Amino acid sequence: MNIVVLIKQVPGSTEIKVDPKTNTLIRDGVEAIVNPFDTYAVEEAVRLKEANGGTVTVLTMGPPQAAEALKQALSVGADRAILVSDRAFAGADTLATSFTLAAAIRKIGGADVVIAGKQTLDGDTGQVGPEVAMHLKLPFATYVKKIESADGGKLRVERLVEDGYEVLDIPTPCVITVVKEINDPRLPSLRGIMAAKKAEIVTWSASDLGDDVKRFGLSGSPTQVVETYVPERVKTGEMITGTVEQQVDRLVEKLKEAGVL
Amino acid sequence: MDYQLTEEQQMIRDLARAIAEDKVLPVRAELDEKEEFPTQIMKVMGDSDLFRVFVPEEYDGMGGGVLDECLIIEEISRVCGGVALSYAATLLGTIPVLLFGNEEQKKDVLPKIAAGALAAFALTEASAGSDASNIQTTAVKDGDDYVINGTKQWITNGGNALFYTVIAMTDKDKGSRGASAFIVEADTPGFTYGKKEKKMGIRASSTTELIFDNCRVPVKNLLSKEGMGFIIALKTLDLSRPGVAAQAVGIAQGALEEALKFAKERQQGGQPVIQYQAVQHMLADMAMQVEAARALTYAAARTIDAGAKTYSKEASMAKCFASDVAMRVATDAVQVMGGHGYMREYPVEKMMRDAKITQIYEGTNQIQRNVIAANLIKETLR
Repeated sequence: MNIVVLIKQVPGSTEIKVDPKTNTLIRDGVEAIVNPFDTYAVEEAVRLKEANGGTVTVLTMGPPQAAEALKQALSVGADRAILVSDRAFAGADTLATSFTLAAAIRKIGGADVVIAGKQTLDGDTGQVGPEVAMHLKLPFATYVKKIESADGGKLRVERLVEDGYEVLDIPTPCVITVVKEINDPRLPSLRGIMAAKKAEIVTWSASDLGDDVKRFGLSGSPTQVVETYVPERVKTGEMITGTVEQQVDRLVEKLKEAGVL
Repeated sequence: MDYQLTEEQQMIRDLARAIAEDKVLPVRAELDEKEEFPTQIMKVMGDSDLFRVFVPEEYDGMGGGVLDECLIIEEISRVCGGVALSYAATLLGTIPVLLFGNEEQKKDVLPKIAAGALAAFALTEASAGSDASNIQTTAVKDGDDYVINGTKQWITNGGNALFYTVIAMTDKDKGSRGASAFIVEADTPGFTYGKKEKKMGIRASSTTELIFDNCRVPVKNLLSKEGMGFIIALKTLDLSRPGVAAQAVGIAQGALEEALKFAKERQQGGQPVIQYQAVQHMLADMAMQVEAARALTYAAARTIDAGAKTYSKEASMAKCFASDVAMRVATDAVQVMGGHGYMREYPVEKMMRDAKITQIYEGTNQIQRNVIAANLIKETLR
């Protein structure tokens, strides 16, 4: 079973600041970590490999320093790592990102299962996994909390929904995104860390992924960030006091004023 | 302070710290309360290759030195001295094989230890503590076997180890020159475990009696030669003492951090208690002592790693100094935290209980001072 895991290097802090001029994230001085949800994706991929054989390839799009995130995945059992990195990819929204990752997965030769975390800590959209599936025309399941079985050309997965979980059979090849309930990621071994340190990270540029360059990076991104700001919290609550009758009258009056009644 | 650790040593330290914080911290209070052996944590440490560190590369290890070991023991002890002991005692039980084992014995034992099996060292008996020459356990040669009889006491990892290095008398008439060391495997007939001790501290570790009742051990399990038992024991303890020092440094560091964190949060008289100079000076003294203990411990470890021929004095100095520091610093951490420090809801009372043993085992600190003084006298005779 050949598995591709999509990972992302993100700032290791939940208090992410935005540059007011460029509307992009300020990454300087913030420790970079592997997106926590992706660590569950890597662990699940390694477990699938241990149970069924095959290889685990970790894939990320990012600046050269994102190679560190790939090495971390190698230290806990991934077999090879590919970094998709080029100035042409900069400024990508989820559509351009998923297009680029899908192109890389095609270049890898496809996969039986593509696994991603349910969302990233910085972007928080949860869109890239499903969009990769659409680009590759593959079925997908999001918020997977358990892979019950993986044989006979299908996965049986449990998928978290608001009030419980669904059990789905999904034919392979497919894409799944996972939640933290799925496993308890292992810590690396010393030998794993040392091997990962020496491992060569394959780097692909835009030209390695085909010539549809308009669909990469900023030019391939219909999402325009016009402004970013923390919404101001305005306290507008009003306590209505008095007897019950007075309170009802006052409330009806208020609602009429507001045009609700 | 910058101890000039190599990149590899930093990697080892960081991994040990990650295991301590991810796997040990959430369960340390429960393991202590229930006096439960940390089986799962030992497995994680094994899977993470931490047992490979002190095993030579040719036996599936990573060929690390004493300082590498100390870094691991210190980091685990910073969170739980009891859990760290189960790991450190494996090193203690393995050292006799590392130093005195023949090729066959090394091939038999070391790869299993490297993969995470535990070991134990069995010297102490009811009437043989600091006076180790008074051991009563006997090993009598009978054909291709030695037949071992007797009871060992207070053996760390008893019941959990796969290999035990056991010191027994092969010739009682020769006194301390009549002792020999044997490798005894866990399921050998005639070898059972006696009572499990209830301890003041380090309660996550297992401490039991070992009972030998006509236990037959093949002759090939004799380490070195007959009569070498005490030399093996002394050399083993010399090499393992920096590990006890590292355990003490870790406990002291953990206690200092807890006291510091608490003093910044605890409000009394309208301000955090750390604003009071009396508290500041206590913390300053604690920090100085911890750093001095760490510096001495690393220096002793590096002396050994550099290939020193004798290092009993250095090893004893580190063990004695660091364990006295651990006891003082842990006690002061409780004091800084006042009533909170005394409660089991906070970890420093456990650290104080855990610290005490480091002044006692692997040679009491009185014995350490004897060793240091004997070396001073010997040096001035030259």
